[in-house]
Amino acid sequence: MDALPRAAPRPHLPAGALGLGALLVLAYGIVPLTGTSYLFEALLTPFLALALAGLGLNLLTGYAGLLSLGSAAFMAVGAYAAFNLSLRLPGLPLPASLLLAGFVAALAGLAAGLPALRLRGFYLAVSTLAVQFFVAWALNRIGWISDDSPSGVITAPRLVVAGLSFDDPRGRYLVSLTVVTLLTLVAWRLVSSPTGRNLVAIRDNETAARLVGVKVARTKLLAFAASSFVIGIAGALWAFAYLRTVEPAGFNLDRSFQILFIVIIGGLGTLRGAFLGAGFIVVLPLLLARLGAALLGDGFDSGTLEMVQRIVLGALIVALLIREPAGLAALLDRAGRRLGRRAA
Amino acid sequence: MSAAPTLLQVEALEVVYGGAVHALHGVDLAVRAGEIVALVGANGAGKTTLLRAVSNLLPALRGQVTAGRLAYDGRDVTRTRTDALVRAGLVGVLEGRHCFRGLSVQENLVAGGLGRGSGRSDVRADLERVYGLFPRLAAKREVAAGLLSGGEQQMAAIGRALMGRPRLLVLDEPSMGLAPRVVEEIYRVLAGLNRAEGLTLLVAEQNVRLALRHAHHAVVLENGRSALAGSAASLRARDDVRSLYLGGAECPEAAAPPEARRRAPA
Ligand SMILES: Nc1ncnc2c1ncn2[C@@H]1O[C@H](COP(=O)(O)OP(=O)(O)OP(=O)(O)O)[C@@H](O)[C@H]1O
Ligand SMILES: [Mg+2]
Repeated sequence: MDALPRAAPRPHLPAGALGLGALLVLAYGIVPLTGTSYLFEALLTPFLALALAGLGLNLLTGYAGLLSLGSAAFMAVGAYAAFNLSLRLPGLPLPASLLLAGFVAALAGLAAGLPALRLRGFYLAVSTLAVQFFVAWALNRIGWISDDSPSGVITAPRLVVAGLSFDDPRGRYLVSLTVVTLLTLVAWRLVSSPTGRNLVAIRDNETAARLVGVKVARTKLLAFAASSFVIGIAGALWAFAYLRTVEPAGFNLDRSFQILFIVIIGGLGTLRGAFLGAGFIVVLPLLLARLGAALLGDGFDSGTLEMVQRIVLGALIVALLIREPAGLAALLDRAGRRLGRRAA
Repeated sequence: MSAAPTLLQVEALEVVYGGAVHALHGVDLAVRAGEIVALVGANGAGKTTLLRAVSNLLPALRGQVTAGRLAYDGRDVTRTRTDALVRAGLVGVLEGRHCFRGLSVQENLVAGGLGRGSGRSDVRADLERVYGLFPRLAAKREVAAGLLSGGEQQMAAIGRALMGRPRLLVLDEPSMGLAPRVVEEIYRVLAGLNRAEGLTLLVAEQNVRLALRHAHHAVVLENGRSALAGSAASLRARDDVRSLYLGGAECPEAAAPPEARRRAPA
């Protein structure tokens, strides 16, 4: 595989294969044994689903430089596709329906990517916005998609893989963890392949990329398809493993922005960024809520509390991005280097 | 030299941007295999536009060839995608040394090889060749291209194009904004490739003195038209070219030399 001469291994994924291994041991070995239901349900499972969505968007926006505001739409396509597959093909194993849901989302992404052959920047973002609204409309209007349930609410099937039930908080966490691990591996292979380099080439200079023979149109469509595939599966996890009961409104524009923030905060164009950003977005509000309750007492109006939280979160994001526009990933890199220098 | 086949033929070319801006109206140009052709002219004369047309990049920039003919090695350029032209040996380097900033020097170079469709062993061999031509790049192969100096970026951009094993290399102002010594180095490498391997070059330059020194033939563009064409020696000898572009007939050194100029890179 490595016959092609490459530059130094990118700092993205295996900063140290060791650290990664330790992380996996922690995630698979220690956390499932010691974690509480609260940890699985309120923190880890949503963290994993959002990180995966961020990972998908990062392929498109971070690597290929194509701005999208349609992430929630692709999550919805993945979630509702997985729902329909498991509903209408009862014999289909869960991994297969997740995979197929990803492909359905990839098709949607391919269609949404067609304008990218002509449009760039904000204009492209606006065209993905259209996808966002179209999907919301379709989910509300076409009853078949949600098996004619009122207002499009769907309930996830039980999570069973190879006869084993994963239908408890820990099981759902493990399913999410496995899906996220596998897809992260695939994404890593993609971004370190020549195709991945072409994505970056298009982002850095589209005309120059054309001039060295990159098939720009094909590569952009591929970026949309791969990104939507990952985001679609993230949507299915969000619905099946985290929420269990979802309505179309759960996949609105707010969600798209949330995914975009995750990627920007974490670091565009890095795989770690999605995880760091998702951690930031999931953990921080909970910390702030605890802090608020402790400082202000329980009697405080919850609406006000939520608003204060949002403002604090927003201010933190601004402060972070001023300090380090390349996000948490770059901030950590810098801290790591400083530590390394001090140790040396 | 006249026996060599014509690699690129441009006839009465007209180009319009956005349906309104007439950038070229009537450009003729021929590049024979094995020669260096310089394309000279003032700011806005249409050099970049012509080179974009040659690589069929105009559609992506809302430009359009409205009349004339543009043939590379028997192909109608306006009907051939840029990547297909690259595979046919027509490779370009943009104005303003555009590297892929986020990729390392080596990844930039490899992209040039893979874009052409080279296999692994070819890519490896070509890398060594490019590093041999530009030793400075070899020293910085792991560095992100965005962190290179201007001259190094230009070398990386040219090296990346050479990785595509061009038959016709099209360069847009390779000297722009670079120190004279770096410019010399780049032209020495290019002229060396022309002599040793018969690499055909079409180079746009504002630096007329430099261009006429290295080129065999030159075409002068003025306001979107090819105003003059001929051998470099004959153009150097012409009074109007000397007074217009070489800083006066009597005392060429006294006037501001064209290389002491202007404008940040795009
Ligand atoms: N993308 C574009 N859209 C519209 N008009 C353009 C575009 N690019 C160039 N032009 C116009 O076409 C004309 C020729 O420009 P061009 O860039 O080809 O000149 P040039 O000879 O390369 O100049 P310079 O030496 O400054 O690079 C100019 O009048 C310019 O305004
Ligand atoms: Mg120009």
